[in-house]
Amino acid sequence: MRPVYMVSGGVSKFTKARPDVTFQPMVKEAYDYALKDLGLEHPRFVEIVDGSVASYFSDHFQRQLMSGIMVQDYLGLCPKPSHRVEGGGATGGLCFQEAWKSVASGLMDVCVAYGFETMSHVNTWKGNEFIALASDVSFDYPVGGFYSGYYAMMVVRHMKEFGTTVEQMAHVSVKNHNNAFHNPYAQKRLRLTIDDVRRAPMVAWPLTRLDICVMSDGAAATILASEEGISKLEKASGKRLKPAKIIGIGRGTDAMRMADRPHRKVLLLPHERASDYRGLKYPGIHSFRAGRMASKLAYEMAGIAYPMKELDFIELHDAYTSSEIQTYEDMGLCKYGEGGRWVEEGNPFLPNLDYGLPLKKPGTLPVNPSGGLIACGHPVGATGLMQAVFALWQLQGSIKKHFGNDRLQVKGARRGAIHSHAGTGTYVTVTIMEKG
Amino acid sequence: MADAKGGGANRKPTNEEPVALPETDDGTILFNVPFPKDLAQLKAMAPIILKQPYQIDYLHSYGQDSPFFAGLANGKLLGTACTKCGYKYATPKLHCMDCGSECDWFELPQVGAVHTFTVCHFGGEEFLKETPFVLILVEWPGVDTLFLSRLLGVDPHSPSLDWVGMKVQAKFRRLSKFKPTDVYFVPA
Repeated sequence: MRPVYMVSGGVSKFTKARPDVTFQPMVKEAYDYALKDLGLEHPRFVEIVDGSVASYFSDHFQRQLMSGIMVQDYLGLCPKPSHRVEGGGATGGLCFQEAWKSVASGLMDVCVAYGFETMSHVNTWKGNEFIALASDVSFDYPVGGFYSGYYAMMVVRHMKEFGTTVEQMAHVSVKNHNNAFHNPYAQKRLRLTIDDVRRAPMVAWPLTRLDICVMSDGAAATILASEEGISKLEKASGKRLKPAKIIGIGRGTDAMRMADRPHRKVLLLPHERASDYRGLKYPGIHSFRAGRMASKLAYEMAGIAYPMKELDFIELHDAYTSSEIQTYEDMGLCKYGEGGRWVEEGNPFLPNLDYGLPLKKPGTLPVNPSGGLIACGHPVGATGLMQAVFALWQLQGSIKKHFGNDRLQVKGARRGAIHSHAGTGTYVTVTIMEKG
Repeated sequence: MADAKGGGANRKPTNEEPVALPETDDGTILFNVPFPKDLAQLKAMAPIILKQPYQIDYLHSYGQDSPFFAGLANGKLLGTACTKCGYKYATPKLHCMDCGSECDWFELPQVGAVHTFTVCHFGGEEFLKETPFVLILVEWPGVDTLFLSRLLGVDPHSPSLDWVGMKVQAKFRRLSKFKPTDVYFVPA
């Protein structure tokens, strides 16, 4: 395998509904932005690009099969190779890694990964039904299929096992909404208090409406290249690119039915010992074994031994405030069981922003500086790619250029991780990127 | 949709929700739209949005899991056990996830305990009218996996972490619908 770089990206403004366009022009907005940032126009770029990967989750939301090819033709990328990737909420993360594989294998020098979701085609309740079809339709869906309910059951067990509190979860919501206040691409830009989060309407106890991401329409595009690919792009644009090197990828899986998850020993990261977890049954339903596996593989490839010390920021899949806390632990930012305290202390906040909270250790490792899914929105197929775009901009130090302000720029960011996660932790991807 | 506020006559209103008429998406029938003389103005035209119903009847086979549903219709809760390693599944799997061997059916005790729970105040459209409802995962000593079900007979407006560990008793619908909801639990 050879080195792979992310060279550019673009994101459409995520919003509740985009009735003004169908999905193809929405992807084109993101694609054109990525090209513009490269300093190229489509006719020149298309001479260089070798192919693409398409990311979208739901044929139900689309009510259109083969949507991927409709984007491919609208973008003017036919007859170049392409395929569609699907893996629930992790679709975007999987797509990014498929593009990585295309380049790492030597098959392509330049590959585009684009993704989208149009969730506004049905009302929220029908949308919840569609999403719940990503649970076993014989045993789970008919009992009251509702993803927020599934995640609520997971965090209730986390609370029981480790003493995690609803106020600790609300810290995640305050952080991510407040970060997004400075992100023009975000769907929800709110300054909240812990009390606002807890007083919001209850959705699935103990998760309120402000603990949960919303449905969105949106698109994102990323461009990956080999060293040869970068030379070709630089020659064509006459511009020196600022790529980020992708130094590690990892994926993990777990059983679709939460009921089937084992209760055994913790899958350890290099900096952990078995004695850290005496008596803990793992993963049960309180932790995401797939997230741990994905982290372990990505860290191994990237040569990361102490993630807390060797990462400068993380964009992770916070579909729920609870799952952000659970993911801190899977990624080894703190030990299993310590995630609630870790956020309460302020570790994943940005050190330079005022959240109106007394934080003891603000900003030791910013998580979701963009605002994450909770505030940016979650157009499923676009989400994992959006994280890659925001991570690239962090590593380029170009947040100011793209957001119009530098409040969310992690100072001196050299290395970051992105994390994409599908339904109750069934598929999880982790990708590590480094300043080129 | 008619029930856009989340339905459920027993759902408590909260002070965060504005006083407003419910929004519905039944729309109206439209036979014409204005059209500009100057085609250059077309790009400023508002999008045309239509409602397209989509209804399907599926023929779903429970396949190898069918005996579980036959069990519910006969007042029995069935799990499976691996013939080789003995791993026990509270939600049936006919092949062992652990060693790959075939599993056999066995009858689960009808009293278990709450491993975790939630109260759903919203949900998929199909279940909105049933909100608030309580979901639980049930555990049994000596059984390696869990079972998803509904818990009745507790106050959905007073949830408590103390519900975890509560002993619960299986009850069965008299008129079976051949769905996993043919069984539900109540405090034992």
